[in-house]
Parts: sequence; structure tokens; C-alpha cells
Amino acid sequence: MTSPYPLLSIVGIVMGALTIAASLIWVERRLLALWQDRYGPNRTGPFGLLQVVADAIKIFMKEDWIPPFVDTPVFIVAPAIIFVTVLMSFAVIPVAPGIVVSDLNIGLLFFLGMSSVGVYSVVLAGWSSNNKYSLVGGMRAAAQMLSYEVFMGLSVMGVVLLSGSFSLGTIVEAQKKVWFVVPQFPGFVLFLIAGLAETRRIPFDLPEAESELIAGYHSEYSGMKFGMFFVGEYMGITLISGMIAVLFFGGWLGPVLPGLLWFLIKTFLFIAFFILLRAALPRPRFDQLMSWGWKVMLPLALANLLLTGAAVIIRR
Amino acid sequence: MLSILRTIWFVFLHAFQKRVTVQYPEEKPYLAPRYRGRIILSRDPDGGERCVACNLCAVACPVGCIALQATEDEHGRRYPEFFRINFSRCIFCGWCEEACPTYAIQLTPDFEMAEFHRQSLVYEKEDLLIDGQGKHPGYNYWRVAGVQIGGKDKGQAEHEAPPVDVHTLLP
Repeated sequence: MTSPYPLLSIVGIVMGALTIAASLIWVERRLLALWQDRYGPNRTGPFGLLQVVADAIKIFMKEDWIPPFVDTPVFIVAPAIIFVTVLMSFAVIPVAPGIVVSDLNIGLLFFLGMSSVGVYSVVLAGWSSNNKYSLVGGMRAAAQMLSYEVFMGLSVMGVVLLSGSFSLGTIVEAQKKVWFVVPQFPGFVLFLIAGLAETRRIPFDLPEAESELIAGYHSEYSGMKFGMFFVGEYMGITLISGMIAVLFFGGWLGPVLPGLLWFLIKTFLFIAFFILLRAALPRPRFDQLMSWGWKVMLPLALANLLLTGAAVIIRR
Repeated sequence: MLSILRTIWFVFLHAFQKRVTVQYPEEKPYLAPRYRGRIILSRDPDGGERCVACNLCAVACPVGCIALQATEDEHGRRYPEFFRINFSRCIFCGWCEEACPTYAIQLTPDFEMAEFHRQSLVYEKEDLLIDGQGKHPGYNYWRVAGVQIGGKDKGQAEHEAPPVDVHTLLP
């Protein structure tokens, strides 16, 4: 199942992903304000929508300062890695029937692999900054990713068992009768939490914990290099939300409206939920984070996998 | 775990609550009558300046933003030759108002005094003086003070008896 116009869908998905990520600057601030009884940016243009343009212009005009004490090549490469890996992951997401850059038969594995590579960005940024806070941030990111990647992979295995494929297109097609969130509810919750940790969003933003580590791994970054981390994070949110929609909520499936719109609606709902979590939850301590990951989430993911496997065998 | 979900739900409910933001330029905030904003110099009911150039405000000012020069008119009445407040230094603490013995210097509920040039924030006496009496209507320092000036001799102030000549024994 390849796209009839491959170039068109490549350009469409890249531009779409970048546009959504950029507009999330505005969406996040407005939604956070909504849940904090404020208005958020509402002065620049209609509903403050031009805030995105203003922020983009500002960040492009800023001096891109490389401190003299950093490991320059690594320092420059690090922000590019997160950008590239997240963008690569978008290649396997089927946004509508036939609209996908590349419907790999190992799409899910590709996504997991790319998100693992993305961690290098954070670790290398923290390491090359030659700054103890950045390093602590990078190390935290490494430890956090290690422990959350494990059950992230395990939590989606239930979906793979039920659909019998690693291809995301096939997974969506397998949800025609019932969305996988119903039989795989624990898997959905686990994936959601792991996705939060993966994107380093608020309850799990220990790598950049501004109250303890200044800005963590990107303390030394400025200008567009910081912008890359910033947009990379927002694209990560979009990616994880899209993945949740594809894996557990039937991707483009839905009545009346066209598939693309259904996919976007579902994705946006999860983006909004991520922002709601940011508005609601405090940051846990690092040892709480680690023991939560290894002692609670991992056994739960294993149990979920075991039960799903048993159910699949019994039903056959 | 349940408390986390409860938190998320209650934060979500905030979406339907009233905003606390005051949309400032369109919607003005309420300022209390005793709000400490722009400083003015008031006049007495006769229209004369209340300020007697005693320098107490300049001394009380913690940032030293008040400068004035005392002089006297033909009646022997003191008034400031110039009176200058540098609002780029002023911290609006209100100590000048507390120090003022004649209710001349007062703070008003007005804070919209942004300028493009720093020099524009230095207010001279003409900028500070208002035509009204401010917070203390009817008060006239020279009418109640026991000081002798031209046109008002001893014993001619309000609620003041003529002076007693202590050297005479006549009843």
C-alpha cells in the first residue's frame, strides 16, 4: 500500500508536521492559559495566532552563540539529531488510507528505533555543553529513556499480537471492528506514560527541570539551535499523539468525515491532553521516577503482554 | 494514583471558569482612592500653592528624586522657586506625602506615565501643580498656621485668639 503520489505525501507530511509543531507554540500557551484561568497570547493578530510568526522571527534573528568551552562539532550536531529522528518517525505514520511516506512492514519497530536514537541528541547536548547542569540533565535523560523505552516497546506488543503485524497501516486496518484501546487499555495507559517520558513533557521533564537544572541539557543553547530542541519537542508531542491515535484509536477510521480529518482530530485531542497534564501535574523526584518505571510500569507491561498472548492463543 | 486523575479532572474544569486577567488597555483596573501613583502638587482653596518649600519631602525621599529651591514672595510667604521630581527614579513609596506638613504633595491613582524619552520623566513644577485641592478640600495652611506673613498678622488665623500682652496687668 504505497501512496499514489509519493512526493506529494512526503511534502505534505513534512510540511504538516512542521506546521503543527510550530503552531503548538501558540496552542500550548493558549491551552495552558485556559486551564489556569488566563487568556494567553491574544494580542498578535486574530486570537493571537501571529504569535507563532513573531516567535519564529525572534528565534531566527537571535544570535546563535556557541560558548568557547563547548565541544563544538557535537554541540552543533546534537540539536539536529532530535529534529531528524522525529521527522524520520513521521515517515511511517499513516495519516489517511494511502497517504503515508513509507508503509514499512516494520513501521512500529522503526518508530521505536528512531525514538531511541533521538535520546542521543539529549545526551550529546548535555555532554558537549561542558556544563555540570547540562551534564546532569543529559544523564537524567539517558537513565529516564533507558527505563521508559523498555516498557514502551512492551506496551505496544499487545497491539502487535492482536493485529499480527508491525506495519502501522495494517494495525489501523485491524481496528475496523473495535479500536485497540478497548482490548488493550492497560497497553494504552502504559504507552501514554512512556510517550510522556519519551517527549520529556512536564511530569517527566526532569532532564530540563528548570527549577533545579536551569534548562538542563539545553542550558548553553541559544538562537535556532535552541529552537531545534524546542520544535523537536513539539514534533515529539505530535508524533506520540499521532502514534497513540494510530495504535489505539483506529487512526483514520471514523464515520462521515474523511480519514485525514479523523486522524488530525484524534491527534489534536491527545496533544491537548498532553498540555492538560502539563497544566495539572507536578514533577516527581528522580528516584520516584525510576522506581515507578522499573517496579510498576515494567511488571504491568509484562503482565499485559502475557495476558494478551494467552488470550490470542486461547481464541485461536 | 486516583488523586492524580482527580487533579487532572479539576484542572480541566478550570476551562469553564471565569478568567482572572484584566484586559488592560480596554478594561481599566480599579484603583483605590489611596493608590500611590503619579505625584501632584495641590493648591489651597484660594488657588495659591500649598507647598511651602520646607524640603521635608526631599529629605524623606529614599531615592532622592525630589529637588526644589525655596524662595519668598513679597508677603514673606515661602514657596518653591522650582520643584522637580524625577519619575524615572521615583519608587512611589508615598513617604513624601507622609512627610508633607501642608498636604501639598499627594499621590494619585494614575500610573499611565510611560514615555519614550527618559528626560520626559522629569516633571517640573508646572507639570506637577494641579488646579484642585486633592485629598484635603478646604485646607489652607496659611489660614491655620500661627505664622506671621504679609496680610495676616498674629492672632488673625482661624481658631486663633488675638495675642495676650503679658506685660500689662489690666484684666
